[in-house]
Amino acid sequence: MDAVTERESMIVCRDVHKWFGDFHVLRGISLTVEKGEVVVICGPSGSGKSTFIRTINRLEEHQRGEILVDGVELTNDLRNIETVRRDIGMVFQQFNLFPHLTVLQNVTLAPVWVLKMRRTEADGIAMQLLERVGIPEQAHKFPGQLSGGQQQRVVIARALAMSPKIMLFDEPTSALDPEMIKEVLDVMRELAHSGMTMIVVTHEMGFAREVADRIIFFDEGQLVEENTPEAFFHNPQHERTKLFLSQILTS
Amino acid sequence: MGALPPPTERIPVLRWLKQNLFSSGFNALLTLAAAALIGVVLYGLARWAITEARWEVIPANLKLLLVGTYPVDQVWRVWSILAMIGLLLGFSAGRRNGLIQRIAFVVAGAAVALAILPFPFGTRAWLLGYAEAVGVGFVAGRLIPAHRWIRRLEIGVWVLSFPITLIVLGGVGGPLPVVEGRNQWGFVLNLLGAAIGIGLSLPIGVLLALGRRSRLPAIRWVCTAYIELIRGVPLISLLFMASIMLQLLLPDSFRPDLVVRAMLTITAFSAAYMAENVRGGLQSIPKGQYEAAYAVGLNGFLTTLLVILPQALRAVIPAIVGQFIALFKDTTLFAYIAILEILSISRSVLGNLEWRGTIFELYVFIGVVFWVLCFAMSAVSRRIERSLGVGER
Repeated sequence: MDAVTERESMIVCRDVHKWFGDFHVLRGISLTVEKGEVVVICGPSGSGKSTFIRTINRLEEHQRGEILVDGVELTNDLRNIETVRRDIGMVFQQFNLFPHLTVLQNVTLAPVWVLKMRRTEADGIAMQLLERVGIPEQAHKFPGQLSGGQQQRVVIARALAMSPKIMLFDEPTSALDPEMIKEVLDVMRELAHSGMTMIVVTHEMGFAREVADRIIFFDEGQLVEENTPEAFFHNPQHERTKLFLSQILTS
Repeated sequence: MGALPPPTERIPVLRWLKQNLFSSGFNALLTLAAAALIGVVLYGLARWAITEARWEVIPANLKLLLVGTYPVDQVWRVWSILAMIGLLLGFSAGRRNGLIQRIAFVVAGAAVALAILPFPFGTRAWLLGYAEAVGVGFVAGRLIPAHRWIRRLEIGVWVLSFPITLIVLGGVGGPLPVVEGRNQWGFVLNLLGAAIGIGLSLPIGVLLALGRRSRLPAIRWVCTAYIELIRGVPLISLLFMASIMLQLLLPDSFRPDLVVRAMLTITAFSAAYMAENVRGGLQSIPKGQYEAAYAVGLNGFLTTLLVILPQALRAVIPAIVGQFIALFKDTTLFAYIAILEILSISRSVLGNLEWRGTIFELYVFIGVVFWVLCFAMSAVSRRIERSLGVGER
């Protein structure tokens, strides 16, 4: 890879390894994500896809290889980690909203305390974002009073409030009732069209086919296949990919 | 037609009695036996309270019990401190909802409840005036518009109320002459011990709990050792150590006042228990909360301060209030290290020939005073517990 493209790449991972005890969960992942690209990661459970995206904002520490986010290498240097985390928004399977704060406070917490934004300004931005994800009327409720789909949209607004350059989605719809999945995917689709760089771990193949620029298949801690949606669904190269697709598409 | 109200279920008294007290022959027998026993005890108690008890011992020694040897012409200082805190409490309650409002309500309620007891007229007037101070503060808090510097002023006065209390009670000369015999102030010492203990042991306990979970081994070991050491020793022996051993170990010039030592001891004791309560709360916070906080860019300190601690403390409010109640009652142990708090003063009252044999009257009175205040605290705690359901996952 030549120096020019590397500088423009949003995320560069080279030969990333990680172990949980004796279990070798990531076995040499190399991946480059360009600015504005939407990458969907799929694969059977336990294949390391969640662990992998969590290494990108250092919720998990990788033990070998290197990860660069917007040119900053992730090392044990706390300042680097904090800079990188500020630029990366993350959406969790289990939402992880702060239950003791209202929706609006959830969204404004980091802008006020990390970016030192004035509260009135932060409130304004937060309301715009809640408007964008379609739930401005819930601003003064607590997370526990919202449905799962609404909570997940608040999580997206909370992440966007830091004006991130990258958004990571760790199975954002897996904990949702079927009728709420669409409202979250709609927000994600809109976000993708706005030019956000996104990495999405999901089983929603319809979403992947429609929105992804690239689809990546993980199995047993390895990046098995990487392709455009068209090629991935119609002409999978590897046996394991074919098996996975046949299982997930027939069900 | 709109929604119907839920049906109200009313159980007739007789059916309730049959279901709960006379469901079988044996149960009926137990009910009658228990009723007879309760009746006998209550009758004896009532007969004693009405015909034999010499309740006049209470009003005659009330001043002594409550403020000990505090000079009569200076007692206004004690009341002004209480009034100041009442005003502050009311003011803060007026400015926000939730916890503080409940506390203010219960405190004012407790003052009114105490005013119903047969205190001398002056005391009852003060108590009602106290409830009124809370009310005045509340109205002021409601009416004065929100402003950043008013908020700062409010917090500042709260923080300053500690040193102000100590200065006003102890005296500095001039209009506030120094009051001698600080170890003989009766119930004032119980209240002061509880206030200082509560005010200091919670923050210290939080720090100890965080320290015990620290990633740095040195901090973790020191905090763990402190907590386990203190929790393994009865409070009374710590108090003896503070009163006698320090006297032997430290040079005269370097020895803090006995009352100060006692209060620091009870604070140190309570902090260790507080730390364990808080640690329980910290452990109840799911890992996802840390991850979410880190993911939005908060550092470790802000994560703890803004995300973890508020939830952890809310989760263990009942345990914390329980510790406050225990601490308040434990202040009576000061009696054993030559501090004349309310319990030891009651003993010296018994030493007076005129009041010989009034031990039950005195202890009932002290029991009622403690019960009213402790019940107020637990009422606050229970209300918080109930309201915790709102906005929770």
